[in-house]
Amino acid sequence: MYAQLVETGVKRLKSLDEMSAQERAFQEKIDAEIKIEAKNWMPDAYRQTLIRQISQHAHSEIVGMLPEGNWVTRAPSLKRKLQLMAKIQDEAGHGLYLYSAMETLGADRDEEIAKLHSGRAKYSSIFNYPTLSWADMGVVGWLVDGAAIVNQVVLQRTSYGPYARAMVRICKEESFHQRQGYEILLTMMRHGTQAQKDMVQDAINRLWWPSLMMFGPSDEHSPNSAQSMAWKIKRQSNDELRQRFVDQTIPQLELLGCTAPDPCLKWNEERGHYDFGEIQWNEFYEVLKGNGPCNQERVATRRKAIEDGAWVRAAAVAHARKKHNKNAA
Amino acid sequence: MNDDLIQYLLRLGDSALIQGQRLCEWCGHAPALEEELALMNVGLDLVGQARNWLEYAAELLDDGRTADDLAFRRNEREFRNLLLVEQPNGDFGVTLLKQFFYDAWHYPVLEGLSQSSDERIAGIAAKALKEVTYHLRRSGEWVERLGDGTDESHQRMIAAIAQVWRFTVELVNSDAVEDRLFETGIGASPEQIAASWQRTVNDIFDSATLPVPTPASHFYLSGRNGVHSEHLGLLLAEMQYLPRAYPDATW
Repeated sequence: MYAQLVETGVKRLKSLDEMSAQERAFQEKIDAEIKIEAKNWMPDAYRQTLIRQISQHAHSEIVGMLPEGNWVTRAPSLKRKLQLMAKIQDEAGHGLYLYSAMETLGADRDEEIAKLHSGRAKYSSIFNYPTLSWADMGVVGWLVDGAAIVNQVVLQRTSYGPYARAMVRICKEESFHQRQGYEILLTMMRHGTQAQKDMVQDAINRLWWPSLMMFGPSDEHSPNSAQSMAWKIKRQSNDELRQRFVDQTIPQLELLGCTAPDPCLKWNEERGHYDFGEIQWNEFYEVLKGNGPCNQERVATRRKAIEDGAWVRAAAVAHARKKHNKNAA
Repeated sequence: MNDDLIQYLLRLGDSALIQGQRLCEWCGHAPALEEELALMNVGLDLVGQARNWLEYAAELLDDGRTADDLAFRRNEREFRNLLLVEQPNGDFGVTLLKQFFYDAWHYPVLEGLSQSSDERIAGIAAKALKEVTYHLRRSGEWVERLGDGTDESHQRMIAAIAQVWRFTVELVNSDAVEDRLFETGIGASPEQIAASWQRTVNDIFDSATLPVPTPASHFYLSGRNGVHSEHLGLLLAEMQYLPRAYPDATW
């Protein structure tokens, strides 16, 4: 999940009877699975929730370039370098789609990016973890993109049309990245040296729990979920998606010949699902508050990029104006 | 002749690879999201081209080394890239000016090579030429924007020219290897490359309101002979660290 905690500002769901005629018509449309489009009327809280969620999602794509950018200059072969460069390029593109989708709601991308740089807007907690070895590039592709896909596949049916359509395009590319990430790990586990195999297991040990945290707080601690579900912005709960992710990931983990750092992980015949241990929620909330291992560096890097580039953007604007004036004359 | 050809392929491959490596350093630091995309896109094209040239060089060398070995196991005295592309990125202006100088050279090189009597070279060059057509359009437009933008951007471009102009000497001068390859119909015409480069720079600098300096003259360094600036060793240390640290590994 690239948007883990999104405030709806709504503490209690309204029943249809309590709604104004406009609100009721809107809710009935949602219930009938008719997509909401940019020019349609929508409750202000719906609009604001979506702006927060889509901007968090967009910010996550952009900040998410940094942990991978950390290794792009050190990728160990030409093939791996090319794959990583292509992936990073796709992520920048996903950021652009999402900021565009967000702007259909009347928000401004520069303003939302300024919120990111001042710490007022969030991005996915996962990108606050450092990438410490090449194996992390494989694990980020496999687990992090894998978790994102589980979430985004559902978002293809989200009630806001521009967001749903962005997800369709993004999911295609993400699935490709995920397979590449997994292939990095398979290569190291099947054809690599012992040192490489150790590198893979170590990367899984460090990124396993942070990946599970990508789905957000447990359902009992997700006060905003009820409204998001009623508006069909969210289609499934955090815990449902997290369970699906674990269930589909464990066979892949076994195929690698690796283990998860979770002594409680066990197939539950009765439920037909894997049981798994409790997430360190304290760590999760600390990371979201800005106290994770790389929060400061990530935000500082993005802020510096935009500040250092101010003269470039100013030049582009000035040049465009000169050209326009010349053409007009 | 094979030795000349191998040298030439290494030069082409190494320049594309090192330019691509420098672009990788921009990841996450570009002045706009669109530029993140463009810088990585151009870098991706160039590393892809490097792979094609180095694969061919490895086949001709026929000593068991692969393109990856050539990229990740040669030291800085063995690299044959242009001095220009190994220079640090500096600000966005330095990066785009370097890119423009390189593209303005790369384009006529590939145009010539796409007519090569060596079919393999002609094929790689024809594919690369499409990519470099876009690179040159983009970098040329940025030089215009920055040169004829604000006072600050104009001043920064003047400073960027002062910083990297001396390395353009390699773009307009050939050596015996390149002259011989041209005579046998394999290589591109050094004369045409130099003329085309100068014309493109004059045109773009003119619309960018930037002064064209007098031609740079030869000095001690020579990238094509493996005598590099001090920047290359550090760049390679970073780029090659994994294959060097894990020589038996499979990635």
